[in-house]
Amino acid sequence: MFRIFQYSLKDLIRSRWIFYYGVFYLLFTTGLFILSNDLSKSIISLMNITLVLVPLIATIFGSMYFYQSREFVELLLAQPLPRQRIFGGLFLGVSLSLGICYLLGVGIPFVFYGIAGSGEIWNFLTLLFNGVILSLIFSGLAIWIGLANENKLKGFGIAIVVWLFFAVIYDGIQLLLLVAFSEYPIEKFSIGASILNPISLSRIQILLKLDISALMGFTGAVFKKFFGTNTGIIISTLSLIFWTIIPFMGIIFTSRKKDF
Amino acid sequence: MSFLFFFPGLVDCYSRNIEVKPGDNNKSIEKKIQLATNHDTLTFFPGEYELETIIIPKPLIVMGIDFPIIKSKTGNEIITVISDSVQIVGLQLEDVETSFMVDRAAIRIKDSNHFLVSNNRLINTFFGIYLEHAGDGLIENNIVAGDATEESTSGNAIHAWYCKNLRIIDNQVTNHRDGIYFEFVDNSLIKGNISADNLRYGLHFMFSNEDEYIENEFRNNGAGVAVMFSKKINMYRNNFLFNWGNSSYGLLLKEIYDAEIANNTFRENTIGIYIEGSTRINYFDNDFQNNGWALKFSGGCLDNHIRGNNFLTNTFDLSVHVLIEGNTFDGNYWSDYSGYDLDKDGKGDVPHRPVKLFNYLINETPETVVLLRSFFVELLNFAERISPVFTPDNVLDSQPLMKKISRSEIVLK
Repeated sequence: MFRIFQYSLKDLIRSRWIFYYGVFYLLFTTGLFILSNDLSKSIISLMNITLVLVPLIATIFGSMYFYQSREFVELLLAQPLPRQRIFGGLFLGVSLSLGICYLLGVGIPFVFYGIAGSGEIWNFLTLLFNGVILSLIFSGLAIWIGLANENKLKGFGIAIVVWLFFAVIYDGIQLLLLVAFSEYPIEKFSIGASILNPISLSRIQILLKLDISALMGFTGAVFKKFFGTNTGIIISTLSLIFWTIIPFMGIIFTSRKKDF
Repeated sequence: MSFLFFFPGLVDCYSRNIEVKPGDNNKSIEKKIQLATNHDTLTFFPGEYELETIIIPKPLIVMGIDFPIIKSKTGNEIITVISDSVQIVGLQLEDVETSFMVDRAAIRIKDSNHFLVSNNRLINTFFGIYLEHAGDGLIENNIVAGDATEESTSGNAIHAWYCKNLRIIDNQVTNHRDGIYFEFVDNSLIKGNISADNLRYGLHFMFSNEDEYIENEFRNNGAGVAVMFSKKINMYRNNFLFNWGNSSYGLLLKEIYDAEIANNTFRENTIGIYIEGSTRINYFDNDFQNNGWALKFSGGCLDNHIRGNNFLTNTFDLSVHVLIEGNTFDGNYWSDYSGYDLDKDGKGDVPHRPVKLFNYLINETPETVVLLRSFFVELLNFAERISPVFTPDNVLDSQPLMKKISRSEIVLK
């Protein structure tokens, strides 16, 4: 698995698009600093961008890379190698190269700006953690979808719809439900529903860092426990890590069954 | 010296020093006070004392050397002043017990004027300094530390009732119910105090007029400052920090008239300022940073003018329930203003609407808070900003500033 991971990582790092992707973050972050000159405000803007863009790019890139490397995969399949190693390596290659790109693209301007000495270091680390983990989750989902769908167009379409669902539609449905059932005790539901969506989880982590003063304003034991103590951070971090395992398991499971 | 023979009345000017040493009990101290003439000094030597209430019935200076520790023997009050011109300096008073019948205090000043309470340490004393019908006094450099756990069983650090012309300067008041409590107190100044970790309010005004509080810091209190049913209160250069929790605010204004709130910093409070039924109030040059709500208006507010303030990365800048005409929001800096300035006059060409749709949603269904900052909600906010339907369309800043107003940060101890 490690050998295949190495190959695909090397292949990807040399690819032009991943380079552009990293440069995009580099320019974007630097631009933010030049325009706003305020560390905490830049972090908020970056968080908004991260929550939408990282999953989108990871989805598109994951799908494209998977379909593009089909011949390479077929070649590997002809070798006496277990399938989970091949696809596991592929998944790690794609997701980690995206994650590294994100880390460098966002991290370098911050380091030059002197993040280490400022009080924003924890907000910044939360941002990096979420960016990397969202890259992992969504590129994994894209590869899983690619594995399950032979048809390129169909696979690509489904991957985009999955992104759209998690990024926008899910929140819309959740909002509708919350408003519709506002007469009922929906505290647990409102937190529970967010755990089922990795983007919501990342957002909650960021909320816990930035909007803690607003979150403290809500009554109710469940909210108080979740937002007021470390419980929120622990639960959301664990759930995010659990979320990275889901596509990985999916890839391995589907690849075992698939008839190439 | 010889002229004293001719003016025997002047002998009083020389204050004698009366020594009190560890081992003295209430009886001996009472006797010493009895023998003292006006303006003598009662000096407590270093050590530990266990005493019942000492009553000071004549103008005396009560002074401690190296903070002698005076503990309340029965849990009752320690010093009660019932005369004008008494000074209490450099004592450490401890262990006044909670009572549900009487408001016991370490130092009570009753019907007296021209007093001075300075450089004392009051530790676990139900009420710290209790002033009733007192006036023209100075309370400075005291440390009043309690161990309050419940509102119903705790007292206020500095409690003033029916007083005039007080000056309360550079004190540290912590862990009580209210840090400083004013009821029917007029023409007074509160300056440079630190009020932290109090259960209810850092500073509490009731029915007090023409007072001023400046350069204080209110930190981690149930709520920073509550100003209620008062007129002409000036609030300058204070810091309101970390006042967290539900129904918690940096500053609460209720039924206030003609106040001025300027140069204050509000940082990381659940609600920066909560305003209810307040009229003719000017808010200018304040910084609101990282609050849940910077300003929350409830009903009945008239002629509130908000001008030249910085609103920096608050979750919500403004919440308005019913807004009657006559309140203005012009000329502020809003960090989430997204307009442009083509004529380069430093003011945005598009008016800013500080009330967001999501704010309205959260008021209706508080649980939707988990969707804060989500892409979907931002889309809704954007749509609402372009054509307001739910949010009041007359709440806007027609001259939003393009740049943050720079202000040298007020540094307190």
